[in-house]
Amino acid sequence: MTDRAPPALAIDGLRVEYPLANGGLFTAVENASLIIQPGEIHALVGESGAGKTTIGNAVMGLLEKPGRIAAGSIHIAGKKLDPASGSADGVILGRDVGAVFQDPMTSLNPLFTVESQLTETLRAHLKLDKAAARQRALELMRSVGIPEPERRLKAYPHQLSGGQRQRVVIAAALSCDPALVVADEPTTALDVSVQAQILKLLRDLADNRRIGILLVTHNMGVVAQIADRVTIMHRGLIVESGTTAEVLRRPKADYAKALIGAVPRIDMRLDRFPVVGEEAKGRAADAREAIRTKAFREVETVDGSEILSVRNLCVDYVTSGLLPGSKGHRFRAVDDVSFTVRSGEVFGLVGESGCGKTTIANVVAGLVKPTSGQVLYQGKPIAGDGAIRRTGPVRQAIQMIFQDPYSSLNSRIRIGSILAEPILFYKLAPSRAEAEADVAQLIEAVGLDADSAGRYAHAFSGGQRQRLSIARALGARPRLIVCDEPTSSLDVSVQAQILNLLKDLRDATGLTLLLISHDLAVVRQMCDRIAVMKSGKLVEEAAAETLFESPQHPYTRELLSLVPTLDRIRGEADAT
Amino acid sequence: MFKVLLSRLGQAALVMLVVSAVSFVMFRYVGDPVATMARENASIAEKEELRQSLGLDQSIVTQYGRFLKRTLSGDLGISYRNQRPVTQLIAERLPATMELVIVATFLSLALGIPLGVLCALRPNGATARLVQAISLIGISTPTFVTGIVLILVFAVTLGWLPSFGRGQVVDLGWWSTGFLTWSGIKSLILPGITLALYQLTLIMRLVRSEMIDVLSTDYIRFARARGLPTRYIHFHLALRNALMPVITVTGLQIGSLIAFAIVTETVFQWPGMGLLFIQAVSFVDIPVMAAYLLFVGLLFVIINTIVDVLYAVVDPRLRARSA
Repeated sequence: MTDRAPPALAIDGLRVEYPLANGGLFTAVENASLIIQPGEIHALVGESGAGKTTIGNAVMGLLEKPGRIAAGSIHIAGKKLDPASGSADGVILGRDVGAVFQDPMTSLNPLFTVESQLTETLRAHLKLDKAAARQRALELMRSVGIPEPERRLKAYPHQLSGGQRQRVVIAAALSCDPALVVADEPTTALDVSVQAQILKLLRDLADNRRIGILLVTHNMGVVAQIADRVTIMHRGLIVESGTTAEVLRRPKADYAKALIGAVPRIDMRLDRFPVVGEEAKGRAADAREAIRTKAFREVETVDGSEILSVRNLCVDYVTSGLLPGSKGHRFRAVDDVSFTVRSGEVFGLVGESGCGKTTIANVVAGLVKPTSGQVLYQGKPIAGDGAIRRTGPVRQAIQMIFQDPYSSLNSRIRIGSILAEPILFYKLAPSRAEAEADVAQLIEAVGLDADSAGRYAHAFSGGQRQRLSIARALGARPRLIVCDEPTSSLDVSVQAQILNLLKDLRDATGLTLLLISHDLAVVRQMCDRIAVMKSGKLVEEAAAETLFESPQHPYTRELLSLVPTLDRIRGEADAT
Repeated sequence: MFKVLLSRLGQAALVMLVVSAVSFVMFRYVGDPVATMARENASIAEKEELRQSLGLDQSIVTQYGRFLKRTLSGDLGISYRNQRPVTQLIAERLPATMELVIVATFLSLALGIPLGVLCALRPNGATARLVQAISLIGISTPTFVTGIVLILVFAVTLGWLPSFGRGQVVDLGWWSTGFLTWSGIKSLILPGITLALYQLTLIMRLVRSEMIDVLSTDYIRFARARGLPTRYIHFHLALRNALMPVITVTGLQIGSLIAFAIVTETVFQWPGMGLLFIQAVSFVDIPVMAAYLLFVGLLFVIINTIVDVLYAVVDPRLRARSA
C-alpha cells in the first residue's frame, strides 16, 4: 500500500489502565499496536474481557472513568489523540471518528425523531443551518439504503425495524465524512438476513468512501465475511494479527487456534463442541453422574415416545382497545403450528426474531395462553383446548432456561436459596440439609465452585449465571427443558461449555430439550430434529442432517445461505 | 392523539360517577338528614312531611339521579355550620390554596430539577454531597416543624415576613389574588417554602436517580461518540428522558398538595381549603365533607388526565401504543 494518505487509524503501544478501589491497577489493554489503512476493515476479535471494546472506547474517547490511557499513542487520520485527557486534540469525535454500537434498539434516543438525531451532529460540527442539515440527512439516509427517506426522517426510532435503525445509526456515524468508523458488534443484535445487509453496507462504505473501519466483534463468521485483516486479543494482549485468510486458515498462537476451533460449525456435525482451554472434568463429571442416578430413581427409561406434542397452535396478541369493549388490534404471533417432540431428543426451533418461536416456548412453559389449538404433555392437554390447570408434577417436569442470564436470576437472593427453591418446593429432598447437599451437587455439575451457594448473582459472569440457570432448571428434576436462546449472549468458548453440558445431561439423564435459537450452527450441533419457522408459521420440519444437507423450503435455503461462516473467507470466495 | 384524549375523558367520567355515588351515600346515610334539619320537638307527622318535601321517601335511584342533577348545576347543598351554600364556601377558599400550591410547585420544580441534574452529573462532588445531606433533612423533618422554625426565624426574630394569613388580597370578582400586592407576595413566601420543601426533595432525588440511569444508556454514549456538545447532551437529550417519571409524580403531588395542604395551612392560619375541611370534620358538617370529597376526586381525575396526555406528547412510543 502506498502511503499517500495517512492511515485511518494508527495505534502504537497502547496501554489502558483502570485503578482499582483497593489501590491496585487493572491493565485492560497492554502494548497494543495496530494500523488501519483507508478503505480497510480491520476486525478486532476476542472473548469478553479481552480488551477489544476498551480499545474501541479509547479510540472514541469514551473510556469509562477512572480508566485512562497510560502509555502509547493513537493517531486518527494522521492527527494525534491526546492520551492524557483521553479526549481528542485536533481530532473531533463525530467528525473524524464515527461510532456504530451493538444494539440499534438502544443507541437511538426514543424521544427524538430520526431527523433530529441526524441533524444535531451536522449542525454541531459542520455548522449547517436547518434546511441544509435536513438535505444532508436525506442524502445520508439514501446512501445507507433506507427506503422512503423523506417519510422515515420524521419517524421515531420505535417506528423503524432493527435493520433500519442500525442503518440510521450508521448514517449518523457517517454524517461528517469521518476517516474512521468504530463499529462495536454492529450486527450482533440483528437477524442473519439483516446482518448480511448491514455487513454488505459496511463493506461498500469501506470500498467506495475509503473509510477505515475498526470492527469489534466476537463473531468469527462476520470476520471471515467482510474483514481484510484480523487482530485476535486475549486478556488485554494481542496474540495474533494478520490478513483474514492467514489468521483464520493458519492460526499460529495456541489461543487463536482454540478460539477459531470453538466456533460452532454449520458445515458438519461434531460429537462435542471443541472447547477453549480445559473442560471441567473430575468433580463435575461425578456430580453429573450423581444427578443422573437421582433423576433415574423416578424417571422411566427413554423410549422415544411422544413427550410433547403441539397441535394446531395459534396465539394472537391483542392490543387492548381504548374504550372498554372496543376492539383492539390483533396480531397473530403463532399460526397453526403442529409438531411433536419425542422423549430423549433435542428438538430445535429456529427462525428470525418475531417469527413466534419464543411465543411457543412460553406457551409450552405455561406463561402465555394459546388462542386456539392444544399442547399435550405425555398425551395430556396442558395448554389450550381441554387443558386442565397444571398440577405440580407437570410444572415440575417442564422447566425453562431463559435467554438473558442477567435478568433471569434474582439479584437479591443468594444463589444457594435460588437453587434450593425448586428442590424444596417440589419436596425433592426430605430435609433442608439434604436440599443443600443437592444444591452443592448441582453447582458442581455445572462446573462452578461449591462456595458459589453463598454468593449473589452479581458475583458471576454471564456464562456462569447461565450455568446457574441451568442448575436451577435441573434442580426440579425435569423431563423437558425449554431453552430459549440459552447461549446467544455468551462467548464462543463459554457457549461451547454450556452446550456440551446440556448435551452431557441429555445423554446422562435422558432429558428432552426444546431448543430455541436463531443460530443455525448451534442448532446443527445440538439438535436431532429441527423445525423452521417464518412469520408465525412452521415452514419445514426435518431431521437435523437432512435439513442442512437438503433443505426443501426456499426460506430454509435462504437462511442457510446467509449465515456468515469461516469457510467463506473474503477474497477466497471466488476460488471455491 | 384525539383518541387518547377521548378515552381518557371517558375513563374520567366513569371515575367521577363512582366518586359522586360515594359522596351521595355519605350525604344521605351518615346520620339522618331529617333529624339534623327538623326542630328538636317536631312531631312524627311533621318529620314525614319534611321527608316528603325533601324527596327522601323516593327510591334510591331517583334520589341519586336528583343528587347528580343538582351537583352538575353547581348546587352542593348548604353547610350546616355556616348556613351558606357549599359551592360559595369552596369558591372563596379555593384561590388561597391554589396560589399557595402554585408557588410551592414552582419552587420545587425550579430548584429540584437543576439540583437533581447537578447531583447526577457530579455524584461525588462536594456540592452534590451537601445537597444530598440537606435534602435528607428536608424529607425527614415534619412540615409543622419546618413551618414553626421558619416563623420563628423570619417572622418573630428577624421580622421580615408575616407569620400568618394572606396579607392584602385583590378581588378580581371570581378570584382573589395575593400576587398583586407586596404584602400578599410576602405572605406567600414562608408557607410556600414550607409546602415546597418535601416536594423539592422528592423531585430532586427522582431527577437525580433517573438522570444517572439515562446517562449510562447507549443512546447517550452514542451522542457522546458523535461529539455533540456536553451541555446539549445533558440538558437537551438526557433531561428529557429523565423527566418522564417526574411528570407523573409532580401531577400526583399537585393533587395531594391542593387536597391535603392542611398542616401548612393550619400552621400559617392560611384561609384555604384545608382549614375549611378541618373545620367541617370537627363540626360534622356533612354537606361540606361530601362536597370536598367530590372536589378532591375531580381534582385528581383532571390532573391524571392531563398527565396522561402530557406523557403521550412527550413519549412518541405511547402515542403509537394507544392510538
